[in-house]
Amino acid sequence: MVLMVNGERQEVAATTVRALLGELDYEGDFLVVAVNHDVVKRAQWDEIELHDGDRVEILTPRQGG
Amino acid sequence: MQLYGQSIESRLLIGTALYPSPAVMEQALKTSGAEIVTVSLRREAGGGKAGDAFWRIVSALGAKILPNTAGCRTVSDAVTTAQMARELFGTPWIKLEVIGDDETLQPDVVGLVEAATILVRDGFQVFPYCTEDLTVVGRLIDAGCEVVMPWASPIGSAKGIINPYGLKTLRARFPDVILIVDAGLGAPSHAAEALEMGFDAVLLNTAIAKAEDPVRMAAAFKLAVEAGRTAYEAGLMPARDFASPSTPVVGTPFWHAAS
Repeated sequence: MVLMVNGERQEVAATTVRALLGELDYEGDFLVVAVNHDVVKRAQWDEIELHDGDRVEILTPRQGG
Repeated sequence: MQLYGQSIESRLLIGTALYPSPAVMEQALKTSGAEIVTVSLRREAGGGKAGDAFWRIVSALGAKILPNTAGCRTVSDAVTTAQMARELFGTPWIKLEVIGDDETLQPDVVGLVEAATILVRDGFQVFPYCTEDLTVVGRLIDAGCEVVMPWASPIGSAKGIINPYGLKTLRARFPDVILIVDAGLGAPSHAAEALEMGFDAVLLNTAIAKAEDPVRMAAAFKLAVEAGRTAYEAGLMPARDFASPSTPVVGTPFWHAAS
């Protein structure tokens, strides 16, 4: 399946958010995920199914003004 | 001052960006006495821990976190970013930015009002970054914003207050709304001026972070904000066009009435 992850095309096997984070080697604990502009709460990381063409944003805190 | 029911002593809010190092940022934030710091959300690459490292330093400060939607150019992007910030930081506070122009970073005030309306309905406590336009600020208040943050001048420009008439008008027309001057302040005197005009607080970042010595500049802004607020509370004398002697005229030596 092909996803757009943080604006980049990724060919992945994962079908859930948690599996995607594992497959792409995300190591940090403090991150937040949205799929197609909808926030996926941490409690739903195993539940929400990803589909071909989904746009996934994976964000963390950063410096800001 | 009360920000959405939370009692805040320091009238200086500061950003966490552009410091020469995390250690200098940490020291500057502590020195400023700020109780509220702004942060952003950015894409993290797989294997990356930049967010974790940054968050460890900021969360250790114990300051209240005001996440922003910096860089968002559409209502939809700003709303989703706000929702992601709430999920991540567990706060209903959001510094709402919808940028309308790349050169000036001027807010898209039409999109801003739309996004603020959506977010207030969704339970957010919105701190909208806007221009000094009177009507736009009125619309933001109508949308449910208890705090509004007009700019002094474009972000990072260090020009200070370029439209004092516009800001004075805002303060006079909305005496009971919390108004925080956000963006464009370059010197402590600019911050003092905003507080003297009766603005409730200032939010700045670059002026401290890009100073030669950010920690000392944080101290300077802290003093300026305290001075400006104290001056406002003390009541400034009105300006006038001609001189008025401060030393008594009566009893001036060698003085005699013209004959």
